[in-house]
Amino acid sequence: MKIALRELVRRPSRFIAATGILTLISLLLMFLGGLADGLIAQSTNAIEAQRGDLLVFSTASRNSFVRSRIDSSLREAITSVPGVTEVGGLGVAQLGARVPGNGPRDLADVALFGYEIAPRGVPSSPPDGQAYADSSLKADGVRKGQTILLGPARTPVEIIGFVSETNYSGQGSLWASLTTWRTALRANRPQEQLGDDVVQALVVNVDGAAHAAAQLIDTTTGATSSLTVREAIDEVGGVRAQRNTFNSIIGVTGFIALVVIALFFTLLTVERTALYGVLKAIGARSRTLFAGLALQAVVVTIIASIIAGGLGLILDAVIPAGSVPYQLSASRIVTSVVLLLFAAIVGSSFSLRRVLKIDPASAIGSTS
Amino acid sequence: MSTTNVAVDLALRMEAVRKVYRVGDSEIVALDHADLTVAPGEIVALVGPSGSGKTTLCSIAGGILSATSGRVVVGGTDISDFSSKELTAFRQSTVGFVFQSVNLVPFLTARENLLVVDELGRRTGSAARKRADAILGELGIADRANNLPSQLSGGQRQRVAIGRALMNEPRLVLFDEPTSALDTKLGEQVMTVIRNEMKNRGIAAIVVTHDERNTRYCDRTVHIVDGRLEGTSSH
Ligand SMILES: Nc1ncnc2c1ncn2[C@@H]1O[C@H](COP(=O)(O)OP(=O)(O)O)[C@@H](O)[C@H]1O
Ligand SMILES: [Mg+2]
Repeated sequence: MKIALRELVRRPSRFIAATGILTLISLLLMFLGGLADGLIAQSTNAIEAQRGDLLVFSTASRNSFVRSRIDSSLREAITSVPGVTEVGGLGVAQLGARVPGNGPRDLADVALFGYEIAPRGVPSSPPDGQAYADSSLKADGVRKGQTILLGPARTPVEIIGFVSETNYSGQGSLWASLTTWRTALRANRPQEQLGDDVVQALVVNVDGAAHAAAQLIDTTTGATSSLTVREAIDEVGGVRAQRNTFNSIIGVTGFIALVVIALFFTLLTVERTALYGVLKAIGARSRTLFAGLALQAVVVTIIASIIAGGLGLILDAVIPAGSVPYQLSASRIVTSVVLLLFAAIVGSSFSLRRVLKIDPASAIGSTS
Repeated sequence: MSTTNVAVDLALRMEAVRKVYRVGDSEIVALDHADLTVAPGEIVALVGPSGSGKTTLCSIAGGILSATSGRVVVGGTDISDFSSKELTAFRQSTVGFVFQSVNLVPFLTARENLLVVDELGRRTGSAARKRADAILGELGIADRANNLPSQLSGGQRQRVAIGRALMNEPRLVLFDEPTSALDTKLGEQVMTVIRNEMKNRGIAAIVVTHDERNTRYCDRTVHIVDGRLEGTSSH
């Protein structure tokens, strides 16, 4: 073990190529992970910010806001389910908005939310006709105090402040009263026939276990589908597909790391055949030699991960907000490092058989 | 160590040892009917032409190779039927090797090359460091302790290899043509060092050599021809 570490310190040049390649792979892993997290966050932050145990949709909606309708009688039924402590209406309208003064490209995609229970980071529901905008809309020219016009009907909404990380489905969110939301939806989608008591979903807080409460609500009403916030996030359009796509790319990248490590350490082992033969002749066990090899693989991987983690964080700081949806979290760094360490151990273990096969007699023979 | 011990074990006893190499369909008998005993502290020169089986004999005596048949007992331990795992532990604890070509770990200093032996076995730490320093001193290369093999001359490297073979306090050290890569003068110096070290420490040794002149540093010479040991001559 000591020999293996000494070799790393005294002959760093032998390991530079492998460290370099693994650094790039590790950076790629972290970048892909950060991109996946950023993209998914852009679609789901609005849901994640909800202050509730459950999101309740109507059964026919298949858990989509667009098709979900909950009227006052259904809302009362839910409110009276034992264990339910708080209920708040939620609705969303995805519309194109005109942003005055933003030149010829004055259209911005927005998701107008009407809410009762204020999500995390959002003040309580503003007066009708006003809204808080997600700060990502600043990139589209949205300013505080400005009135923007929603949809083909050009429904006016005044922006009275900004909130952050509340986007939905890749669109900048606006946070307004339920009335403001209804007004905009009725004006721009006249065929929807939305009653004054109707919302799309309910944010529900409960006593005790969320899953049990969800089941109780659904069996009591017979007309609802209750999801935890986590589950509701996965229901946001495209999130599952994105997650699966990124996970497979990350998996392939991890596999490439494994192949690189396996090849590199196989080459090193071949190169060290004579040395390992001598060490075996003077009493080294194969296990000891292989442990040294695996240790080198792990150390190289850790060094590569540290460099890549640093580069990843620099990238995170340098990339202007709103340009690339890249968000590097600590848990993503840890996951990438764990994946690489796994690749290092499995990859280096391909050399185990080769180490076992080295004959100590090769050390003493004058041949070869 | 104890002089009162009457039944001192022989350093090496080989009885009717035979070694056959299989190469494809053909068989090469490298060693046949080999009987050899080495007393504790005795230095035996093994002389014979190239291909006569000298390396094979050393490998079997040191537990690097297993004999095809016959018995091999080193320092009272019968290793004839040892598994390769047992042989590894045996080599680590009981014998020392000095190979024909110098086989030091290139990125370790002279001192560290000696300490490798300690790292491979039951670690003794500071005792091993003391021992390494003492051995380097005796070998006359204390001032080279922190040099890498590439910074040492051929003779110095061979001394480091000798030091490494002594680190585990072996019962028997096997020298396979230790001077063949050195010129006559350096070869004689190394042979002197070998003789002094073995005699001071009371360790038995087999020294394989081409060169009849080296036999005068040994207590006894055994000749080997075509895998058969022939008459011994004492000095
Ligand atoms: N690994 C091996 N496989 C096959 N034949 C071998 C092997 N090692 C040695 N031999 C043969 O065994 C004989 C003795 O070899 P060796 O012990 O190396 O002799 P020496 O050391 O006296 O030159 C030679 O004929 C050699 O070719
Ligand atoms: Mg030989």
